Amino acid sequence: MSSVPLPLPRSYLEEGFSLWSWLATIDHKRIAILYAISITLFFFAGGIAATLIRMELITPAGDLVSADTYNKLFTMHGVIMVWFFLIPSIPSTFGNFLVPLMIGARDLAFPRLNLASWYLYIAGGLFTVGALVAGGVDTGWTFYTPYSTMFSNTHVIAAVCGVFVVGFSSILTGMNFIVTIHKMRAPGMTWFRLPLFIWSMYATSIIFVLATPVLAMTLFLVAIERFAGVGVFDPALGGDPLLFQHLFWFYSHPAVYVMILPAMGVASEIITCYARKNIFAYRSMAFAVLAIAIVGFLVWGHHMFVSGQSIYAGMVFSILTFLVAIPSAIKVFNWTATLYKGSIRFDAPMLYLLGFVGLFTIGGMTGLFLASLALDVHLHDTYFVIAHFHYIMVGGSVMAFLGAVHYWWPKITGRLYPDRWARFAAITVFVGFNLTFFPQFLLGYLGMPRRYHEYPPEFQVLNVLSSAGASVLAAGYLLPLFYLLWSLRYGPRAGPNPWRATGLEWQTASPPPVTNFATIPVVTAPPYQYSPLEDARRG
Amino acid sequence: MWSFPLHPPADSSLATRVDHLFYAWLALAGIVTFAIFFLIVYFSAKYRHDSRANRAMPSGATLRRESHRIEIAWIVTPLVLFLGMGFWAAGLYYAHAAPPADATEVYVVGKQWMWKIEHQSGQREIDELHVPAGRPIKLVMTSQDVIHSFFMPGFRIKQDVLPGRYTVLWFTADHAGEYHLFCTQYCGTDHARMIGRVVVLAPAAFERWLASGNASPSMAEEGKARFRQYGCSGCHGASASVHAPKLEGLFGRRVQLSDGTSVIADERYIHDSVMLPRKDVVAGYEPIMPSFQGQIAEEDLLEIIAYVKSLRDAKPGDIR
Amino acid sequence: MAEAVIVARQFDDAEQQRRASDLGMWVFLATEILFFGGLFVAYTATRLHDPQAFATASRLTNVTLGSINTGVLLTSSLTMALAVRATKLGLRRASIGFLCATAALGIAFLGIKFTEYVRDWHERLVPVLNFAHVGPHAGGVETFFYLYFFTTGLHAIHLIIGIATVAVVATMAARRRFSPDYFTPVELTGLYWHLVDVVWIFLYPLLYLVART
Repeated sequence: MSSVPLPLPRSYLEEGFSLWSWLATIDHKRIAILYAISITLFFFAGGIAATLIRMELITPAGDLVSADTYNKLFTMHGVIMVWFFLIPSIPSTFGNFLVPLMIGARDLAFPRLNLASWYLYIAGGLFTVGALVAGGVDTGWTFYTPYSTMFSNTHVIAAVCGVFVVGFSSILTGMNFIVTIHKMRAPGMTWFRLPLFIWSMYATSIIFVLATPVLAMTLFLVAIERFAGVGVFDPALGGDPLLFQHLFWFYSHPAVYVMILPAMGVASEIITCYARKNIFAYRSMAFAVLAIAIVGFLVWGHHMFVSGQSIYAGMVFSILTFLVAIPSAIKVFNWTATLYKGSIRFDAPMLYLLGFVGLFTIGGMTGLFLASLALDVHLHDTYFVIAHFHYIMVGGSVMAFLGAVHYWWPKITGRLYPDRWARFAAITVFVGFNLTFFPQFLLGYLGMPRRYHEYPPEFQVLNVLSSAGASVLAAGYLLPLFYLLWSLRYGPRAGPNPWRATGLEWQTASPPPVTNFATIPVVTAPPYQYSPLEDARRG
Repeated sequence: MWSFPLHPPADSSLATRVDHLFYAWLALAGIVTFAIFFLIVYFSAKYRHDSRANRAMPSGATLRRESHRIEIAWIVTPLVLFLGMGFWAAGLYYAHAAPPADATEVYVVGKQWMWKIEHQSGQREIDELHVPAGRPIKLVMTSQDVIHSFFMPGFRIKQDVLPGRYTVLWFTADHAGEYHLFCTQYCGTDHARMIGRVVVLAPAAFERWLASGNASPSMAEEGKARFRQYGCSGCHGASASVHAPKLEGLFGRRVQLSDGTSVIADERYIHDSVMLPRKDVVAGYEPIMPSFQGQIAEEDLLEIIAYVKSLRDAKPGDIR
Repeated sequence: MAEAVIVARQFDDAEQQRRASDLGMWVFLATEILFFGGLFVAYTATRLHDPQAFATASRLTNVTLGSINTGVLLTSSLTMALAVRATKLGLRRASIGFLCATAALGIAFLGIKFTEYVRDWHERLVPVLNFAHVGPHAGGVETFFYLYFFTTGLHAIHLIIGIATVAVVATMAARRRFSPDYFTPVELTGLYWHLVDVVWIFLYPLLYLVART
């Protein structure tokens, strides 16, 4: 039953068709689309790098590309995927689009800052693409000193500038979300009536504003040291290369929580809708995302167990890492429990998110292997680590992102996509992903190091399996491009609430009008007030 | 059918213990993962929207109480199990942290893109490490340029090697055999070619290997030659007119510095005294020692350090 | 007569707009603290590595000018706070006066800093460009001065932005844009200015007072 009054105001997509109306927009929904297009381009750029990497690794010899080219490929894959795809993916597209809608606001608190955010993202992207075009960077996305400051012959400063600039994009987005969520909720929308997606955006934003500035300073120091030849990381001048690692990981560990928390928010929205059931233990879920964000600031040293830090520091970081796993485990159990006595449908978004829960579990558990000190001494910097973080970031975040794309597609575009194709793509991605990355756990324990373009022949079988899987995964990623774009022209028009979901965003038209709501709704109930019994009876 | 190894050959008691830990984790993680997968599939099937399963839930208060109990159970149980594994791993790590006092020292210098290894007896190797089985080996390692990492999967250990610092790695090989040696901290173009092998020989065979090849002076003897070559005895020798700290009996002792603090005279202290002499000036001495930064290669400095170590029991005046 | 408050489209009312702007500025200040915080960590780690070098180097800074500058900046925070108060009370002339005083003190700070830089240049203490200090701990002294110029330079950039903002706000005040009901830009500028002051309060002892007990 729709509560939108007639006649409908123009949708945000119809408020101007010129390029300028898009490039100068301050509408959070249009800015979200600008981000969506940009991150998709970067995703495919990073994906091309990954394709070349996997092709090289089919044979033990380094015969496809030169060593230097390979080193540039994995660097650009990491830099692009981390900073230009994963970190902005859900917050800057779905966060921007949905935060005002979900809390019943007309826009974010600072719309012009929001647009500035996107321009900073583009500016940073241009620096990085510039570094790529000018010949690439070969330091790895982690920019360890002294290699990056004193030994690399590639365009480190340009790449580092790009990341510095795009960091401010995150900071402004985080500021916007924090203020909006605090100050602009609709009447009756108390903190514990907020959708869990908003809680995730809030926790993510806390990390954005507190961690990113440290990265900015660290990269600034690296650039100056490389440029001027003096600095704090050079042992020859009495500096300390380990200082770089501490500063870098102080940001980069919380950054991985930036990459997973939004996905967790998406999971809570989609699983409840397709199980037609309230989330299990709402408050635990809300506190869990805050706990992950906060404790996530305390574990950075687990990237440095063999770097030369003291064994006592290692033990402290190890215990804290175990503790930060607990809230994540709670969330996995709660999503599973939400299915219990639900009334479950298997539309594409649900398939993606069920896959998310399973693959995130594997990724999370293997993280505990790495948190175990004696085991990490063997596994650090091997393919085990690569498999671990790809299970979380790709099996986790990217699957959730794709689920979100499909779930909110009708709301954003006003069109429905063909669900058969979408389900097929979801299954292809799941199968391809596991074929690609599971063998890498085995490779890691067998001892294959990271960042190697050639390797001893005994590792070939597993590498071939992995590369074969990657081709399936690539197909799974390309499919949505086709049927989603097709749907923009030929898909049936969507009503305000095609999935019969709860949530304020579904109480307005698809696509929404510029000001989101004709009248600001008043909230009287907590989220996810589904009734599985009723739904099952309806059949 | 399953002729596929899950782990590389293990050649030390530590390696075997790490494997046990790994398989224990595999089991625990496998159980948790399987449980989640199973429940997802089971609930998805049983509670499909068109199934006639019983969906009645208990009332508010009962539901809250039961939910609470379940939540506590699945928080506490994994917490205890996971932390248990964590402590096991930490214990293993801690137990293996300090090398035994009687470990044989071997020196390693990593540089782009090779491993240079030098035994006390003077034997040098590149990208190969020969060790005797059954004896603890302590690797004292540094880098000449960027950060590398010395990884021996057969022994399940690795350690980053840093410029300007010494790091230590130790192990005891059980049986003769050959094992991989990899650099596992990205270090530039030929990072993937900075590989080699660890050759474990039975003790007798190892002695034969040591004696074979060109007879070369021991590290300490080489170090003595370098000590003279770089003019160190000019200030630190018995007949020096310059007031310089005595090196006889120095290694391993506590040294008072001019700023009131004190340090143990270890490898790092000697290294810094030669490369950054203004850093730890000894109390009562002027900071007049010149720096040898850029003049002495890391391997040569290791030989000088071996020489200073050999003076542990020397008496003042022994250096000429 | 003050103009009516313009409420942006996304806000319900002027009060919500004011509270949102306020929180936004505090969040921004938090990011600045973390930004400079990274630098302070780098300073601390480097100083612990070679405390004698830092002591020696700190004695080569001009503590007289540094202390005067500290006084100047603290006074400017006072005038800034008075400007905010005057605007709250609707005292337009006083608020413009205090804002101008704040900007003037900020410019004075920059002038004194520039004088210090010139003197450091003459004493050949500028890394990369003309650093020629010899003596004990030369390497550490150069690293200290690298940090000195980096941190005070970054601080100066923030101060310049602050002065420009104060100038803009003073112009707005002159055009009668503020009233007891609406003075958010003045308040937010005040918050930013106090942050720039607080950063200096940490920089001053770390750079000038390392060994001057």
